[in-house]
Amino acid sequence: MPPAPADALDRLASADASDRLAADRATMLLIRHFETALLDLFARGELSGTTHTCLGQEYVPVAVSGLLQPDDHVLSNHRGHGHYLARFDDPEGLLAEIMGRAGAVCHGVGGSQHIHRRGYLSTGVQGESLPIAAGLALHLRRHQPGALACAYIGDGTWGEGAVYEALNIAALWRLPLLVVVEHNGIAQSTPTERAMAGTIAGRAAAFGLAHTLIEATDPAGIRAKLAPLVARVRDGAPLIAEFRTPRLGPHSKGDDTRPADHVAALADWYPAVAAAAPDLDRAQRERVARVVAELSARPPAEWADR
Amino acid sequence: MRVAENINAALHTVLAGDERAYLIGEDLLDPYGGAFKVARGLSTRFPDRVLSTPISESAVTGIAAGLALAGDTAIVEYMFADFLALGFDPLVNFAAKSVTMYGERLPMRLIVRCPSGGGRGYGPTHSQSLTKHLIGVPSLAVFEMSPFRDAAEVFAEMLALAQPCVFVEDKILYTRRMHSVIDPFTVEVREGVAYVGTPEPPELILIAPGGMAERAMAALRMLLIEQEIAGLLVVPSRLYPVHLDLPPVAHVVVAEDGTAGGTWGAEVAHHVHARHFADLAAPVTLVHAADTVIPTAPHLERQVLVSAATIYDAMVRTVRG
Repeated sequence: MPPAPADALDRLASADASDRLAADRATMLLIRHFETALLDLFARGELSGTTHTCLGQEYVPVAVSGLLQPDDHVLSNHRGHGHYLARFDDPEGLLAEIMGRAGAVCHGVGGSQHIHRRGYLSTGVQGESLPIAAGLALHLRRHQPGALACAYIGDGTWGEGAVYEALNIAALWRLPLLVVVEHNGIAQSTPTERAMAGTIAGRAAAFGLAHTLIEATDPAGIRAKLAPLVARVRDGAPLIAEFRTPRLGPHSKGDDTRPADHVAALADWYPAVAAAAPDLDRAQRERVARVVAELSARPPAEWADR
Repeated sequence: MRVAENINAALHTVLAGDERAYLIGEDLLDPYGGAFKVARGLSTRFPDRVLSTPISESAVTGIAAGLALAGDTAIVEYMFADFLALGFDPLVNFAAKSVTMYGERLPMRLIVRCPSGGGRGYGPTHSQSLTKHLIGVPSLAVFEMSPFRDAAEVFAEMLALAQPCVFVEDKILYTRRMHSVIDPFTVEVREGVAYVGTPEPPELILIAPGGMAERAMAALRMLLIEQEIAGLLVVPSRLYPVHLDLPPVAHVVVAEDGTAGGTWGAEVAHHVHARHFADLAAPVTLVHAADTVIPTAPHLERQVLVSAATIYDAMVRTVRG
């Protein structure tokens, strides 16, 4: 969806906003080309194991990361490359991790879905991260008041009981917990309507938790809406921010069971942004190509500190 | 001092000595102080760091793992060891794996305390030993409360490991006296392992976790009196990873509370066979509970659980053939 005209005017009025727009676009494009390159590497047999790309959803972590502070802690999941790249401008470390090459963020042990860096952690079990996020939020409330834990989950994650245990405790204990739901309408091959009775909003309401639904795709507009709610999270009012977002790619690699015309009809932010910023698009595509070339030449990662 | 009071004192020591230490679990607040009263007085003294939770073992274990990840010290109290099954994912898939799965060793100071075992008539879902299910998990150590060792020392050992530890507490032990040894035995503790015996060289070594101590000592006394066989009871505080340094001996028996099959005892037997094979006159004998659930009625429960008589019979069979 293009930004609202009023937002666009505000941006033009401020050099900061214009820089921000360029930075948002740069990160969205970086993630897009990174994910595309991964699928390409898999297709050529140059990656082992599995991966889960966030094609179509890139703007979500770009919008959210703009509201995060250095002391905040991010919890990511199996579909986490965008979360990482929006938090750290480090496609080299991430690709090295996925390829098992020298310079990998976690020395090749964690791979695509188990990444840890100061203020950032991903893990591959659905629902596992919310209690951990609650524990981190508890820690932050005491040692870094004002900081929050931000956990990205999917719509499919809501099938796990740990989610409800954690939300109940987060509400009771007033933990600074921001839950970002990337609701892409499908969990692996199962459409949400076959996996979820009721709604995410209804489930949030059951715990007395604040919930907001976001259908926009422009990071600045999203941030404008989320900023006051995130400020309340920092004061101990947990928030569930539900993004309706498309999953343009397969669950992992080539395992998309949806009809091609259904996938083709999903909204994609990319054509408009690439058309508006063709130089940036080319620059990011080339940056990713350079990273792929450089990483492919690196020696294997070594696991020394075990 | 009773065992429950000793563990309580150890928790006071940890929370008093470490500003970043938490105790987290169900029904911990005073005046209740936990289902077995082991948490008594802690919530009054450390109101910000003793967190009484909803009935949510999975989240509670995950929250504790989150605290540990942030550099805090987290001690979880489970009401019954059986409920560890509800917290298996955060414990095994997250807390234990986190020590190494991010490529560099990540310290995780996390202790999961679980009241375990039968003998109190609580029935099939509140009496079992979960120990066998925790053996062999990388970066997860298993300890058991022993009446021969101050729990504060054992807590310090576990926290120094900086990896998740399960601390098994036998429910029967809670009311027993610390350091109590029956005649004619004396106890000596070396490197975290208690040795209970008489001055003469043993013909048999009985290895058992702390919760078995009373039954094991009674069985050893019967063995000495009825059969004139001298035995040595060995009680390690750390059950897993197994490391035991035994004197040369012809017969070894391992007694444990759980059912047979993939057990701690089998792990000990393997360890003993590998290190002491040349000294042994016979394979290590394992003593387990009967292969069924733990019944509620006292007379039925007695038929299933390991008793002093079960251990005695196994020791006699082992030595006499």
